[in-house]
Amino acid sequence: MSASIIIFYILAAIILGGGILAVTARKIFRSAIYLLFSLIGIAGLYFFLNYEFIAAVQIVVYVGGIVVLIIFSIFLTHASGADMQEPKLIPALFSAFAACFACALVILLINNHTFIPTSNTVIEPTVKTIGRQMLSTTEHGFILPFEVVSMLLLAAMIGSIVIALKTKPKA
Amino acid sequence: MNEIGLTQVLFVSTILFFIGVYGFLTRRNMVTMLMAIELILNSVNINFVAFNKFLYADKLDGTFFTIFIITIAAAEAAVAIAIIIHLYRNSKTIDVNDADLMKF
Repeated sequence: MSASIIIFYILAAIILGGGILAVTARKIFRSAIYLLFSLIGIAGLYFFLNYEFIAAVQIVVYVGGIVVLIIFSIFLTHASGADMQEPKLIPALFSAFAACFACALVILLINNHTFIPTSNTVIEPTVKTIGRQMLSTTEHGFILPFEVVSMLLLAAMIGSIVIALKTKPKA
Repeated sequence: MNEIGLTQVLFVSTILFFIGVYGFLTRRNMVTMLMAIELILNSVNINFVAFNKFLYADKLDGTFFTIFIITIAAAEAAVAIAIIIHLYRNSKTIDVNDADLMKF
């Protein structure tokens, strides 16, 4: 057992434990905090795999943005100390069976499959190479999806403002 | 098993995906269902990064897919929360079983 294996299993335990608690906790605010731990564990996994830029984006967008948004929406719509209602036993049981069987099937398939890695030269995913390829207009550049996704973000921003706008009572 | 390979990372992401599926099926509250969807999207991101690192290290495609998925997830969460808050203003509940405004 080397140190990296131990670190990997600690990260996996944080991710999966946080995930399980996030979908089973009875208080909704605790559920959001467990989700936060799970997302931080995923950022740690990206650091573990040497994808520093993705890890930074994960922390900035998910931990700093989406979880804060979820917590604010909880404060606006719930009495956050109150317990949520228990899921009904039979549907919960069947959902757990379905998830467990599908999970076992996929794990079995992954275990029996041999993956063949490429033998070409490795590109390090540094910020420099990512930025150059993302904004390049040549054949393997990603400038078009970059622009499209920026339009999508603008549309989503305007759309959410319009949806959440308080409508005036008709005089 | 003396080195962390693709298989171990895929196990983690598979289990996380089905935790999200379980949460999505059992929760009856829109905000917690949104949290379950975030877990599912994150497991997909782990998959993309792991395949990029262990199988196709000569390209950066998995990295870009992950960045775009994170962006779209942020947009989706913002719109979903706007809809949830608007629904709460109208009907004072965010339980999926009580949301029948669009029923005709």
